Amino acid sequence: MKTARITMVQALNRAIDEAMAQDEGVILLGEDVGDRQGGGVFKISSGLSTKYGDHRVRATPISEQAIVGACVGAALAGFRPIAEIMLMNFLTVAMDQIVNHAAKLRFMSGGQTHVPLVIRTTTGVGVGFGGQHSDMLEAWFAHVPGLTIVTPSNAADAQGLMKAAIACNDPVIFIENILCYGLQSEDPGPGHLVPLGKAAVARAGDDCTVVTYGRTVLDALAVAETLAGEGISIEVIDLRTIAPYDRETVTASVARTGRAVVLHEAVRAYGTGAEIAANLSADLFGTLKAPVQRIGGAFSAVPMASALEQAWIPTKPGIADAVRATLNWST
Amino acid sequence: MDRDTLLDIYTRTMRVARSDEKFRSLLMTGKLATMYYTYRGQELVTAAMMAALQPDDYLVTTYRGQHDQIAKGVPLEPLYAEIFGKATGTCKGKGGSMHITHPDSGVMVTTGVVGSGLPIANGLALASQNRGDQRVTVACFGDGATNIGAFHEALNMAQLWKLPVIFFCQNNRYGEHTAFADHTKVDSIVTRAAAYGMAGVSVDGNDAEAMYAAAKEAVDRARSGGGPTLIEAMCYRMMGHFFGADFSYMPAEHLAEMAAADPLPRLRALMLDHQFAQDELDRIVADIDAQIDAAVAFAIASPVPGPEEIRKDVFEQEVAA
Repeated sequence: MKTARITMVQALNRAIDEAMAQDEGVILLGEDVGDRQGGGVFKISSGLSTKYGDHRVRATPISEQAIVGACVGAALAGFRPIAEIMLMNFLTVAMDQIVNHAAKLRFMSGGQTHVPLVIRTTTGVGVGFGGQHSDMLEAWFAHVPGLTIVTPSNAADAQGLMKAAIACNDPVIFIENILCYGLQSEDPGPGHLVPLGKAAVARAGDDCTVVTYGRTVLDALAVAETLAGEGISIEVIDLRTIAPYDRETVTASVARTGRAVVLHEAVRAYGTGAEIAANLSADLFGTLKAPVQRIGGAFSAVPMASALEQAWIPTKPGIADAVRATLNWST
Repeated sequence: MDRDTLLDIYTRTMRVARSDEKFRSLLMTGKLATMYYTYRGQELVTAAMMAALQPDDYLVTTYRGQHDQIAKGVPLEPLYAEIFGKATGTCKGKGGSMHITHPDSGVMVTTGVVGSGLPIANGLALASQNRGDQRVTVACFGDGATNIGAFHEALNMAQLWKLPVIFFCQNNRYGEHTAFADHTKVDSIVTRAAAYGMAGVSVDGNDAEAMYAAAKEAVDRARSGGGPTLIEAMCYRMMGHFFGADFSYMPAEHLAEMAAADPLPRLRALMLDHQFAQDELDRIVADIDAQIDAAVAFAIASPVPGPEEIRKDVFEQEVAA
């Protein structure tokens, strides 16, 4: 019998649908999210306004501050809102609500209020969207105490992480990579939950650990397969929650392999990889067999032309070279 | 206006006014050192607005918001303790005067960022609309907040969804150090309500009866499903932007106009017109002063928060040491 498959789009839709069925307080606000607007630009909310009503699935004006602000307010009143901000670059328009309010109100109120809010957003390099529609800005948010940043690399995790994000009593930035929407997983079935803050070992190995998240998990797995042919055994860790990240799992893996490559699609400079590399150096200074390698996007705006885009983004040969560099390191 | 309502407004006004005086004296004598945004001149506008609300209605206000919080009903002891940065404060000393929060009194957010409270007020109102709980949300802000994008986004969305929210602009004629005419081309803020298809009213905020009537009408509209209202309450900020700030930039004629419009003597005269006795009014103020003295003593005697508080309330789960 053929195993049932599910795409990331279907997985996200199902997770939100399940949460809305279970809790009247789960509401969805965003541009074009209603069925009269086509059920969302990427169809994540397809069918939900018809099923739960326009009062729970609210198609909004193009007003990111008002969208996130309204979700903050509803969250303070006990709701569990989901804000869809169409593209990650548009989060910059709502930074005040995210950084000064969603992230801080629990602390500044001395715990009297809290903000159970999920901000869903899409981004990704590789489809020619250029400088204002492609950025991975997770490091901006990871730097703000109070925010949890999540990104799935496969459909099953997307469903389970979304369920966990909606259940979380604090604000979660949920990053979806546009190139991952069509990925298929074996259907995890209803009620699937992936806890926040727990990394997954996407592939076990012994010689070098590649720590990554989101779409580049696929690259890391492909490289691991290639290098296995050369007798190199790579462990791939999919963080799933970027911040606060699962330091225990990452440290334990690198303590065993003695080598690490930290990989992300976001600009390498000042990226989350720097935090992870610094922690590894501090935790495992005497154990590391090579300096931690960091791979990320180039230090420019994301270019549009495909040739430039491919030169900008981390590549599989580049990842393989970084792994080999850790293996060939000699002092 | 009935005598009970008038007395309620007077009591709220004096609780605000005596608190402001106390805070300024504490700051002046060095007993308190904190950022403090005085609301001298804005006591009555907020008292009349809050008198039109129920205790469980929601309020979102700004750093210049102690008058709103006190008028809404935040108890004085935890409020004073918060401003002193004490562990017994509303926010355990982690918020301070700019971030007073007290959900039991409906005070859900006090923001230090101009204009940010308006979108959040929409969300509180949206929650009430979906729940059908009949609550009304009031967002307080000044004239200076009406030129930031959040104001326009919030008003459009509120009217689009007919949210039970009141945008309560206390037009105190200055945005920080800049006079109204130097930051806004239209003559009054309320003209902007029409741009969003919203009900709007401009009122002399220092006229207790007119201010209360405007507040009541907006509250009734919101509670009955009629949607939002923009209220522009004309008033004056009778001192500088923050306590101790220079305000010599205010022209002499503005200062004179402001002094003539002082809401406190005007309200006192109105009370006497309504046959309230001098000694009855004095007793109310004496009672308030006693409550304030108790609140100050409580705040001063309270412990400061421990350093472990830095790890608490960042997330639901305490951050590891």
